[in-house]
Amino acid sequence: MAPKIELVDVKKSFGKKVVLDGINLTVEKGESLVVIGGSGTGKSVLIKCILGLIKPDSGSIKIDGQEVTNLRGKEREELMRKFGMLFQGGALFDSLSVWENITFAVKQNEKISNQAAKDLAIEKLTSVGLGKEVAMLSPSELSGGMQKRVALARAICAKPDIIFFDEPTTGLDPIMADVINDLIIQCTKDLGLTTLSITHDMASASKIATNVAMLFEGKLIWQGRAQEIYHSKNAYVDQFVHGRAHGPITDGKIGTDGK
Amino acid sequence: MDFLASIGRVFFGFLESVGRLAIFAVTAIATGLRPPYYPRQIMRQMLEIGYFSLPVIGLTAVFTGAVLALQSYSGFSRFNAESSIATVVVLSITRELGPVLSGLMVAGRIGAAFAAEIGTMRVTEQIDALTTLSTSPQKYLIFPRLLAGVLMLPCLVVVADIIGVFGGYLVSIHKLGFAPGPYLTSTFDFLKRIDVTSGLVKAAVFGFIIALMGCYHGYHSKGGAQGVGAATTNAVVSASILIFFANYFLTALFFGS
Repeated sequence: MAPKIELVDVKKSFGKKVVLDGINLTVEKGESLVVIGGSGTGKSVLIKCILGLIKPDSGSIKIDGQEVTNLRGKEREELMRKFGMLFQGGALFDSLSVWENITFAVKQNEKISNQAAKDLAIEKLTSVGLGKEVAMLSPSELSGGMQKRVALARAICAKPDIIFFDEPTTGLDPIMADVINDLIIQCTKDLGLTTLSITHDMASASKIATNVAMLFEGKLIWQGRAQEIYHSKNAYVDQFVHGRAHGPITDGKIGTDGK
Repeated sequence: MDFLASIGRVFFGFLESVGRLAIFAVTAIATGLRPPYYPRQIMRQMLEIGYFSLPVIGLTAVFTGAVLALQSYSGFSRFNAESSIATVVVLSITRELGPVLSGLMVAGRIGAAFAAEIGTMRVTEQIDALTTLSTSPQKYLIFPRLLAGVLMLPCLVVVADIIGVFGGYLVSIHKLGFAPGPYLTSTFDFLKRIDVTSGLVKAAVFGFIIALMGCYHGYHSKGGAQGVGAATTNAVVSASILIFFANYFLTALFFGS
């Protein structure tokens, strides 16, 4: 069976700045891949290329074996139904109430009465640990942690195959971060989804990942099982996962073999 | 050489912006004309532009009409042409001041609001979120605003025309001592259909310009609060300038020959 996500030699530059420099990546069904890397290493660009929000300069991106880099219009909308995305800041629509946000894609794809949509939203809210009174509120009335949970409910509501998480725990206190991590694991396990997350929070990464890849200067310098991340024998990965101020990443040493 | 090169750069930069804007407009209209439609969004924007702009438009129009009557009187009385005041007021309002002043007021209100709302949606990734929820931002955000702009501005201008003429009437009757009957007669005697329709066509064009500028600058804003601020300013300024520009050519088109 074709892998869920397959990237071959994907490149993207903005002006002279090379952000993605030949990315090769495969995510199998049911896998939870976490891409780690410092700020500004191109993690978000990687996710946005796969989602089709940014068009890569060259290379191939396949979803379920289907080449997607050149899809437009209707075909792209069809493809988007396979995806769910949790944005870093939640990106809830502030002109709509919470329940309208959660059921946005469902209402888009099928005829559903308002009452049924509300019930569905309440069901999803329960699954992310929020009460039904939240459904009628507007996103601006929610705290940061609640917004993230509502955004997660929205991402899973239309039953996607693949969910992308952009810094799911950034800006949350440690307890709320762990709550979100648990919800991600629960949602993905229960629904059997494939996930691709980007984060620089190692606690979150080691909790939700089955596989880890590290992005540095536009290249994936290390890929492996989540358990191996702390014994990677790669100096770059070591510096990052242990959060040291000094090491090959900050010293600007050449060579990506880690020796 | 450097001087010539910089002229060239500015010129190419200008052409590039015009091209980008044209592609933006054509894409929005082409995708917007295909289903699914978003009647709720269209209604919301029509209400926003049409209904909530009424107080601003009404006040602008009533004072413009009043001041027109006052100024024409002080000028025309020098050569005993007071009887033309009613005609001057109604023609100025319907042909020029109604559409242009309404356009400028709405540009300030709606152009800024569109740029700020869409710009904030851009920088908070709500536009990306729309795309990931299988919804085209062109269809959902841009097209309803363009449509509402084109449909509602003419309605506002009809209101502005009526209130503007009424403003002139008030001043003429109560301050300048005209008799109501003859004033109204001379208001409508020289008014042709083209005077009003040309103003309404102008209004539709201005409505499109305002909505397009607001959406375009908002959609392409970047860099947080500062970027949204810049987008808002650019939307209002460019819409206002384009309104004057378009107004000249439309006038030349209708009344030039």
